[in-house]
This record gives sequence, structure tokens and C-alpha cells, in this order.
Amino acid sequence: MYHLHPQLFLKPEMKPTRDGFGKGLLDLGSTNKDVVVLTADVSDSVRVAEFGKQFPDRYFQCGVSEQNMMAAACGFAQEGKIPFLSSYATFSPGRSWDQLRVSGCYSNVPVKVAGAHAGISVGPDGATHQALEDIASIRVLPNITVVVPCDVEETRKATVAIAALPGPVYMRFAREKTPIITIAKTPFKIGRAEVVQSGRNVTIVACGSLLYEALVAARALARRHISAEGINCHTIKPLDAVTLLKSFKKTRAVVTVEEHQITGGLGGAISELAGQKFPVPIERVGMRDMFGESGEADELLIKYRMKAPDVVRAAQNVLKRKK
Amino acid sequence: MNAHELALTANSIRQDVIKALVEAKSGHSAGPLGLADVVTALYFEIADIDPKYPWKETRDRIVLSCGHYCPVLYSALAHRGYFPVSELLTLRKLNSRLQGHPHLRCVPGVENTGGPLGQGVSLALGMALALKLKGNPAYVFCLSSDGEQQEGEVWEAYNMAAKYKVDNLTYIVDYNHIQIDGPIEEVMPLEPLVDKYRAFNLNVMETDGNNMAEVVKTLRKAKEHKGTPTMIVAHTTPGKGVSFMEKDYRWHGKPPNVEEAARALQELEAAREKI
Repeated sequence: MYHLHPQLFLKPEMKPTRDGFGKGLLDLGSTNKDVVVLTADVSDSVRVAEFGKQFPDRYFQCGVSEQNMMAAACGFAQEGKIPFLSSYATFSPGRSWDQLRVSGCYSNVPVKVAGAHAGISVGPDGATHQALEDIASIRVLPNITVVVPCDVEETRKATVAIAALPGPVYMRFAREKTPIITIAKTPFKIGRAEVVQSGRNVTIVACGSLLYEALVAARALARRHISAEGINCHTIKPLDAVTLLKSFKKTRAVVTVEEHQITGGLGGAISELAGQKFPVPIERVGMRDMFGESGEADELLIKYRMKAPDVVRAAQNVLKRKK
Repeated sequence: MNAHELALTANSIRQDVIKALVEAKSGHSAGPLGLADVVTALYFEIADIDPKYPWKETRDRIVLSCGHYCPVLYSALAHRGYFPVSELLTLRKLNSRLQGHPHLRCVPGVENTGGPLGQGVSLALGMALALKLKGNPAYVFCLSSDGEQQEGEVWEAYNMAAKYKVDNLTYIVDYNHIQIDGPIEEVMPLEPLVDKYRAFNLNVMETDGNNMAEVVKTLRKAKEHKGTPTMIVAHTTPGKGVSFMEKDYRWHGKPPNVEEAARALQELEAAREKI
């Protein structure tokens, strides 16, 4: 049973996913003395400042130095600590990919990389600050786990869950308030995709806050007598091939939805899986090989076609290609 | 060990660097030979380590940030008893534990993955901070090269090391004035290097990195220093002990061929008699 927030399709309660990260860290702070937090001058906006107030001995302000922060965090990890390092995703892991690759992934140490302000919904800051390539650039690294939670509650759960994993993790979340989709008792397990709603005609796989748009689209499709299966694929790596392929075999048509380039991210990962194991027509909703621009979050999601009506259109298109 | 014994050990370590490199047919010669005295002093005299318990929680950590120097790291570890000296001949070969650049814990005693320059300097800082947090008395030494100082990351790390007064950490920079493309002064000058470190609020010391007695004295002093992180600028001769390699940047990134190796070993053996 997948529990959805009771208000979800009425008037969704809104909170930014980054709040869940901050909350998760505070939970960890009091339950796990090995958890340390590093940040690079953006402590408040990535929601780690409160951890710093409550656990000052385990909080390291690195200043604007993402490369040093990443490798230093790996040093903590080698010494048995569980370091969470946080900045905007464009900067870290954007500017610290080599440090993550070598000192994090090749050494295979439990460094936890939190990429905040990811996606185009960062808005007015413009393309420089909109991480739309991070899932692609990180998921190719061996040993790492990549998690993209869908809302504030799932981000809290993911934060706590990734602390327990023995290896490196990349978790991405966003700046703006987005609908709260899940509740405390909604199931969440790293590496397991969740069928949010069952359907027969088309599978819609989403990650991050656009899961909401995917679910709204599924309801719109139902009104047109198209039965859509909605899947929350919060773990991009390792991909839950069992759940996904089971759905693909049933519906034989797939739409992917993400706030990321359609190449290399969730859409890329799903295409790789389907291409090798069960070829089906796929339509990918996301950024189409271009940079963003300034604007309000919703204006941008509309302009760059990542809203529910775009998912509906993608589903209709993929159904035309279905054999 | 006294300085005489240490110098003899450094000579043996150099000879095995040559033997490993000629067998590998690729790798770096000049830096490892130049830094052999410092490495020997660390592993055989200064660092609190025990090859019988290579991962003992309170051991001192030696981080090799300039991973391309690994022939001298492997040779020192083997001579110290961490693994058989004969294994040095597997350097850079398929299925070897001795990768062309070191991988964390590939053999007992290897404390970091190194190669892409700058990372070990930050890594050592994180390790030192974590040790303090754990109340662990272990000390961290980080070996770094002069070319590596051209990486921006190292300066980020020095900033932070000074901010947090990380005094269980000593950086040692091998100032041998060569890098792959030529003399440091031509490729990208570092001067005034010592002044730069002072300006970063590090406890700066200089040493003749090829004078064993002086190296030991400097390292000992560094380990006793409290309140700030230490930076030792070790002035070394690249290719030290092999006349045709000394001070020639062309030996930065290549191994000797069979004839050159034979000459090098002959020279090192002759030098051994005079120690």
C-alpha cells in the first residue's frame, strides 16, 4: 500500500525538499555521533545551519571551496565518520567531480554528497545555478548510489537512510516549495522503485518533485480512459530493474519525467535498462539538451515543458508508437 | 635508527625504486629518488607505525598526495615489512596490488588513493580533523610535490587547516624544481613559496631534504609543534643518487631502460660504500 498525502490532489501542502534534508540531519545528529556536516558558505540555504548550532563540534564551515570540501569529507569518511557535505549541486558535485570520483568512489568510502538547488526550478538565479546534468555525471561513477527524493518527507527519510549505506552517495534536492506527496508511513527503501498507482496502458516513471506532475498527469489520462501506472523511481542507481521491467512488460509503453537533461539522467538510465532487457517505446520529459534561463519556477517548468500537460502529451505520443 | 642507518636504508629503497621502474617500463623516476630520504625518515624513524598492525587505530597516517611518487612509497613499505620486497617487481602490471598510482589500502600501509593532484592535501586535512574529533592522538603527515602547489585546491586546504588550527598535521612539499613540461620556474613559478605559506598562517620550516640528520630533526620538531598546522619545504635534488638523472626534468615521468638502470644501480651501490 502506497500512502499518499491526503491533501495531494485537493490543495497540496507545499514545502521545499531541502527542509527534509535539514530535518534528517538533525535526527541523525542526535542518534549517530559519527555524522559530521561540511558546508561551503551556503549553510542556511542548504539547511545545515541548524545542525551547526546544535552540534558545533561536528560541523565544518569550509568557505567557498568545493574541491577541498569534497576531498576533506573523504578524509573524514576514511576515518570512520559519516560526512554529509552540502552545496548547490552546480558547485558540488559540479566542481568537485574528480575528488568524488577518486577519493570518494574509487576509495569507496561513505561520503554523502548533498546537491541542493538542483533542477530548473531554482528559477531567477538562471542557468549557471540550475543543475540539470548532475545525475548524468554522477551515476556513471562506480560504487556510488544516486537518490532523488520526491518531497520533503521522502528527503528526510532518504537523508537518514543514506547515512547507513557503507559507500558513497549522491542525493539531490531542490530549492522551491513543492507538493508533499508522501507521509511518514509511506514505504521508502533505497534501491526500490515504488508503484504509486497501478495502471495498464502506459508506465510513467518519475523522480524528484516532478513525481507530482506525473501523478496529476495520470489522473488526467484516466479521464481520457488511459490507464497509467505511476512509479516513484527515487533511486536512479542502483536502478530497481525488477519493479521497472515488471511494469514495462505489463504496459509496453514508458514515459520518464525528471528535472534534468533527458540524456543521461533518469530517462537515460531507463532507456539503457529497457534497451537491453525489454525494448519498449519511451518518451522522455525533461530538459531537451539546452540550458535554462531566469524566471519563476513554474514559468520555467511550463516554458521548458515539464508540467502535467506535457506528461499527458508524452503519454499520448508514446501510445501511438506502442505495438 | 640513527642517521647513518637511515641513509643506508634510503639507499636500499632507491635501488629498489630503480629495479621496480625498469621492470615496469613506465613510471616516474626523479621525484621518488629525490624524496627517498624524507620517506625513509618518516617510515623508519618519525612516524608511530607498526607493520604487524598496519591499521591500528592510533597509528600515524602518512598520505602520499603526489601519487606518482608511489615507487618510493611501495619500496619504503616493503623494506619496512608491510609486504615482500619481491612484490615490487609487479609494479604497474596486470593483477598487481601495486597500481601505477596508489589505491587506498591496496597493500597494508597505503593510506590514500592518490594521483589527481591536490586531493591528498585536502584528504589529509579531513583525516586530521576526524582524528581530533575522535580524540585519537595519531598524527598525519602529507607528502606533496611542488608542481602540485599549482593546483588551487591545495590553497583551499591550507586556508581551512589554518582556520581550524589543525596541529596534528604536517605537510611536506618536495621542492625539487621540476615538473613534466620543464623547470617549475618556466612552467609556472611558485616563488616566493615560503612567504606564501607564511601568509597562509602555517608553521613553516625548511630543510635540506637530502640531508638525513637535518630531515629527522625537522620532522621531529614539526611533530612537536602545537597550535598551527606545519608546512615543511623540503629542498631536494630530483633524481638524487643517479648522476644522469639529477636535476633533469626529462626524468620526471620516465623510467630507466635496462642499461640506464644498470648504471644507476652501480652508482647507488658505489654511493652506499661512502655512507
